[in-house]
Amino acid sequence: MRVVLAEDHFLLRDGLVRLLGAFGHDVVAAVDNGPDLLAALTTHRPDVAVVDVRLPPTFADEGLRAALAARSRLPALPVLLLSQYVEPLYARELLADGAGAVGYVLKDRVSNGAEFMTTIRCVADGGTVMDPEVVTKLLSSKDRDQGVGSLTPREREVLAALAEGRSNAGIAEALFITEKAVAKHIGNIFPKLGLHACDSDNRRVLAVLAYLER
Amino acid sequence: MGGIAVVDGTGGGVFAEGVRGLRRSLTLWGLGIAATVMSFLVLGVVVSLPGLGLLVLPAVVGGVRRVANRQRELAGAWSGEPVPVPYTPEPADKGLLARCRWIAQDTQTWRDWLWVTLDPVVGVTLAFLPIGLILSGFWGMGLAFFGAELSAEWDGLWFDFIPVEGPRTAVLAGVLGVLHLPLALWLAPRTVRAHGAWTRSLLAPSEVARMADRIEHLSVTRSDAVDTQMAEIRRIERDLHDGAQARLVAMGMTLDAAEHLLDSNPEAVRSLLIEARKSSSKALEELRDLVRGIHPPVLADRGLADAVRALALVSPLTAEVVVDLPGRPEPPVESAVYFAVSEILANAAKHSGGDRVWVDLRYDRGMLRVGITDDGRGGADIARGTGLRGIERRLATFDGVLAVSSPLNGPTLVTMEIPCVLSSPKTTSC
Repeated sequence: MRVVLAEDHFLLRDGLVRLLGAFGHDVVAAVDNGPDLLAALTTHRPDVAVVDVRLPPTFADEGLRAALAARSRLPALPVLLLSQYVEPLYARELLADGAGAVGYVLKDRVSNGAEFMTTIRCVADGGTVMDPEVVTKLLSSKDRDQGVGSLTPREREVLAALAEGRSNAGIAEALFITEKAVAKHIGNIFPKLGLHACDSDNRRVLAVLAYLER
Repeated sequence: MGGIAVVDGTGGGVFAEGVRGLRRSLTLWGLGIAATVMSFLVLGVVVSLPGLGLLVLPAVVGGVRRVANRQRELAGAWSGEPVPVPYTPEPADKGLLARCRWIAQDTQTWRDWLWVTLDPVVGVTLAFLPIGLILSGFWGMGLAFFGAELSAEWDGLWFDFIPVEGPRTAVLAGVLGVLHLPLALWLAPRTVRAHGAWTRSLLAPSEVARMADRIEHLSVTRSDAVDTQMAEIRRIERDLHDGAQARLVAMGMTLDAAEHLLDSNPEAVRSLLIEARKSSSKALEELRDLVRGIHPPVLADRGLADAVRALALVSPLTAEVVVDLPGRPEPPVESAVYFAVSEILANAAKHSGGDRVWVDLRYDRGMLRVGITDDGRGGADIARGTGLRGIERRLATFDGVLAVSSPLNGPTLVTMEIPCVLSSPKTTSC
């Protein structure tokens, strides 16, 4: 895949370029600030952009803003945001256009190369990936909520895995249960939350996240 | 008199306002007479009997202060802006000497004394003006009937500027007398206002007293701020020491063990490396939580409005946020308000038993106002919870105040007001 990378720390940028290269991807541009990122995204139109949220010149949410600006010009441009912190508020802004092909994960996830590649691939294919931490935060805030409160612990685990953007097979693998069991759990969860069961993985994720952010 | 009442649409009308002014003038006049009696007491007793004066001084001063306080109350109530009571707090020592020293050392005592001396002239005159006008108005109206005879009896008589000499001038005096009444009605509210200003000038805290108060407030809040900051630094140091640092040390040891086993037992090395990676993400997690407690990234990136929205997003209660902020407050104020809101939301989720909360942030006339309402069971009390006390102290550093209204059965409303300036919103490059 053709990748545009935005990261202001030289060491991390270099490490990411080597990691992506090792997995056979082509980094077409590696930039270290917001304006350059916007330019690189619009000229290269990569298969996926890997972007640090906090970039110069403002050192605020420059990367997020650049990514949103690029996506408003090039709808559904796949963007994976990396950050030292995950903010549900930013997650919501990324998901707002409903086009999918977005990811928002902690930088630590990079340390597991194989999993990180799966994440990039998922975003490039139009999926939605949210860091477990976003899901955990939203879930814990809904503890008193009637819908979430009525879930069994196992169903909660499945719901969290769902929101992270995993397919049924992926959930089965993560929780060491059969795919059939996963399907059964999901069949129980959706009615409990008053959601319509959707067919595509991505719409499923969006439904769950929309529910958690209510 | 109905023809005088010009209703101007502000409710009450000029006539009603005039009547109210007259009533107040009467009250003030009565109090002025009381102050006059007081002043004779003070002058007579304290000054003429130097030895005995000291014995009755506290009682007399107490009387003066009661009269002065009544005047402060009235001036405050009628002008809509309270007149603060400026006396220094009573000494613990109830002995006569201590009380006399306390009275003598209070600068307000001397201003009270000046007021008691001058008020019989200034205050009483101001209060009596509209009353006097009414009385002389009635006198003029009376002259219309018996002015001519009276003038003959007294060898001429004047009413205002009219020499009453016969029936015609007597009637003229009567007409002028009638005109006194609306004039008195017009004048009364104005003299009451002037009287309030006069009271304020001597009985409100002097510049010196205000400065002393301010310095007291500043030194208290400063030491609070320094203490809070020191406690924060200690907490951060402890968290780093027991958390991330300890984990990194453990990670170093794990890696060292892995290095030794590299040749002999590659399988064990794999599990050690996995363990090291787990330690590193745990350390990162702890550092993240620590940073959130120091300065939340969303606050740094986006400012108060979005940071409060982010808090609402993860609150267990259903939270609605309304923001009307034309710019960003200074970072220290933002931070203090953010943590205050965070704590109050956490309290509401933990103790209120409600399930909805409304946060309202607005800025007007140099004040940042925050209101947080929940539909819980109420009964929250600043005095009981250390949390609210802490918030109050932190806000006091910025001259901010916190008020809690929490009747039993709710709703609980916490309001905060912090004076601050806003910077214009930052424009970004994209």
